[in-house]
Amino acid sequence: MSYQLPVELPIAVKISNLGLYYGNKQILNDITLDIPKNRVTALIGPSGCGKSALLRCFNRMNDLIDRARTTGSVVLDGLDINRSSTDVIGLRRRIGMVFQKSNPFPMTIFENVVYGLKIAGIKDRTLLRQACEQCLRAAALWDEVKDRLDTNALALSGGQMQRLCIARAIAINPEVLLLDEPCSALDPIATARIEKLIHDLRERYTVVVVTHNMQQASRVADYTAFLLNGGLVEFNETETLFTMPDQSRTEDYITGRFG
Amino acid sequence: MTKSMSPRAGQRRRRRYRDVEEGGLVLRRFPFSGLSKSLIPYQGDGLVWVCAAATSVVLLLYLLLLGVIATRGLAALWVKPVAAVGLIDGRSVLGHIEGKTHDGTRWRVFRGNREVYGHDFSRIDIGAVVSVTHPEEVIVFERVEYGRAIGYLRGMMLSGSGEIVRLDLDQFALRHQRLMNEENHALKLLGTKMAKINQRLEHLRLKRLKQQGHAGAADNAVLLEEARMRQAYLELDRKHVQLLNEMRQKAAIIETIEGRRLEVPLSDILRFYQPNQMSRLDKLGFYLVRFWALLSENPRESNTEGGLFPVIFGTLLLVLLMSVFCVPFGVVAAVYLHEYAGEGWVLNTVRLAVHNLASIPGIVYGIFGLGFFVYGVGGWLDRSFFPERLPIPTFGTGGVLWAGLTMALLTLPVVIVSTEEGLRSVPRFVKEGSLALGATKLQTLRRVTLPMAMPGIMTGFILAITRAAGEVAPIMIVGVVKMAPLLPVDDSFPILHFERKFMHLGFHIYDAAFQSPNVEAALPLAYVTTTLLLLLVLTMSLAAMYFRAKLRERFTEYVF
Repeated sequence: MSYQLPVELPIAVKISNLGLYYGNKQILNDITLDIPKNRVTALIGPSGCGKSALLRCFNRMNDLIDRARTTGSVVLDGLDINRSSTDVIGLRRRIGMVFQKSNPFPMTIFENVVYGLKIAGIKDRTLLRQACEQCLRAAALWDEVKDRLDTNALALSGGQMQRLCIARAIAINPEVLLLDEPCSALDPIATARIEKLIHDLRERYTVVVVTHNMQQASRVADYTAFLLNGGLVEFNETETLFTMPDQSRTEDYITGRFG
Repeated sequence: MTKSMSPRAGQRRRRRYRDVEEGGLVLRRFPFSGLSKSLIPYQGDGLVWVCAAATSVVLLLYLLLLGVIATRGLAALWVKPVAAVGLIDGRSVLGHIEGKTHDGTRWRVFRGNREVYGHDFSRIDIGAVVSVTHPEEVIVFERVEYGRAIGYLRGMMLSGSGEIVRLDLDQFALRHQRLMNEENHALKLLGTKMAKINQRLEHLRLKRLKQQGHAGAADNAVLLEEARMRQAYLELDRKHVQLLNEMRQKAAIIETIEGRRLEVPLSDILRFYQPNQMSRLDKLGFYLVRFWALLSENPRESNTEGGLFPVIFGTLLLVLLMSVFCVPFGVVAAVYLHEYAGEGWVLNTVRLAVHNLASIPGIVYGIFGLGFFVYGVGGWLDRSFFPERLPIPTFGTGGVLWAGLTMALLTLPVVIVSTEEGLRSVPRFVKEGSLALGATKLQTLRRVTLPMAMPGIMTGFILAITRAAGEVAPIMIVGVVKMAPLLPVDDSFPILHFERKFMHLGFHIYDAAFQSPNVEAALPLAYVTTTLLLLLVLTMSLAAMYFRAKLRERFTEYVF
């Protein structure tokens, strides 16, 4: 069943036999998946199937959940993420994350964007200014906020906030960018902007996006993985997955027969 | 079964909501819909009245309490007219009519002139009153000693010879002013010098005792300087007495209504006024003068008169010390409980203990403070660092430092609980956002969590301030005194003297109202003090609330 990525495509993250438990409850079951470098990979599936939990395995955000336990391995560029000796802080600097609910910090727009750089110890003001502009441009937000960088980030609109969070995530120059349903709280116009942004971002980053919305997956993703009840059902090129799914369960889901 | 039920259910529904057809539309009406807007409340709305009534009762009681305190407290400073009350037997009584006695048959009249009558108030039978007039030329003198004098100015004595100069009030005011400015200034200067020498003497005495303790005999130089200082002190003291005598010879001659002569030294007179000639505006001006005096002067006559400066100062200092000890501790403890400690029965027990600590009576904290801080820590400090002063304790006795620590202990639970509440209100996904950017837990705490929990911390701070400013019981045994001769902060080394005893508004109220030798005269001051305490607490909490509101503005998006 498993689809093999074309050989010439380098792999950014290699997931093998990954299992995740919250206490005694199994959340993910034996997931093996290769995330291609500089491509957008979408994770789709019904609510509660473990898409977000899988995403949180990439940067060990599951550590924050009481009694969470993982088995198997997630390898980023030769580094086994799940090993206890892994430097989690360093890892999270290599893997950026944008949350479902936009979560700017209660600071100015500028402070928000350079937050990751500042906590990494960068103090040079001009450097920070440059980085801020660069990231806001990359997140397609610069023109809207360039005159009010010193105002509170919480005064922005929902779509702007989410783009700010993306700018903040790419400011630390990660290798992989994780997006957890980034458009779920946004209107269609803001969604379109973010989708375009995701598409542009793949030139520089490996993007993994969790989404509920299959049209969105088909629009932005190069590859799509379908998860169901904590297991990986099917992984393929997006076009193939949506037009000629291997599995009947995938077809049922994408045609809206359940989920 | 279900089928046979449904028509009946339908009937029931029809009875409760009448479907009315109006212009082709079927409208659903509630029963009594015509009445419901005015008389019969909708289901469940009836409780609104109960809640509103309860709220009003509470509010009214508070307003009553505040009203009584504020009206009496604020009215106490207002200039009252002086009445000359003629009696049947031909005698006259001069004073402020303060109202009736409880049985309503007699007037309470404030006559002042305590050295003549023995007490300030007298009661006169209303039936025996023949006339009430308000003589224009009556003057009220506020004095350092014996309270107010009420009478007529007959002249002024300028030297010990007893010669009396007749002069009008303007000339008198001029002389009084000059005396206050020049001679009081000289007196103050002398007093400061003497205090300096005194301090030096105490320092030398301790040095000598130390040397005697170590080597068996004191250094000659120390003994010499001590002798020299003592000589200088005696010299100054002689000058001081002389100056005082000179000043006391200049006196105002006041005649009471009975024709008795009072000689009041000019230096004893603080203020004087002719209440029956004053316009409302004059009275307002005088009110402000008195209010300022209240804030800036020291208490007199065993706290029944005078100002409240050291009392306010002590209260503020106590609150400040309390905050310095309590807030950082409370916040750190709450951070540990909420952010680091693992959930479990241990944490729950600790939480329960913290919540219960808030309900321990203040006096228990006081006793703990006395045993632990004063006798324990203070005693140890004295034995270790100030053995030469023993048996006179330095830290081993009540002081503002120990009172501040005791108060901090008392308010700690409030701060911990509110801070935890504040931390709980920070959404998890915001903290995760910071962690996902590679921030450590500490960085997240410092830059994101704590700033966002600040409103909660401020709430705890406000509650702590209000509780600390109002509590009297615990501090009564760890450092509050009726009269503290020295402020805990002054210009002598090392500026802050937190081992000193202090005065406190709450204790002052208790003292004036219940412990005073002259309760009747002290009562207005008790009201004034209460008003001031309320104002102080109000100001402090308003300031804190203002900052909290400012902080909240920054986080509005997250306050769900």
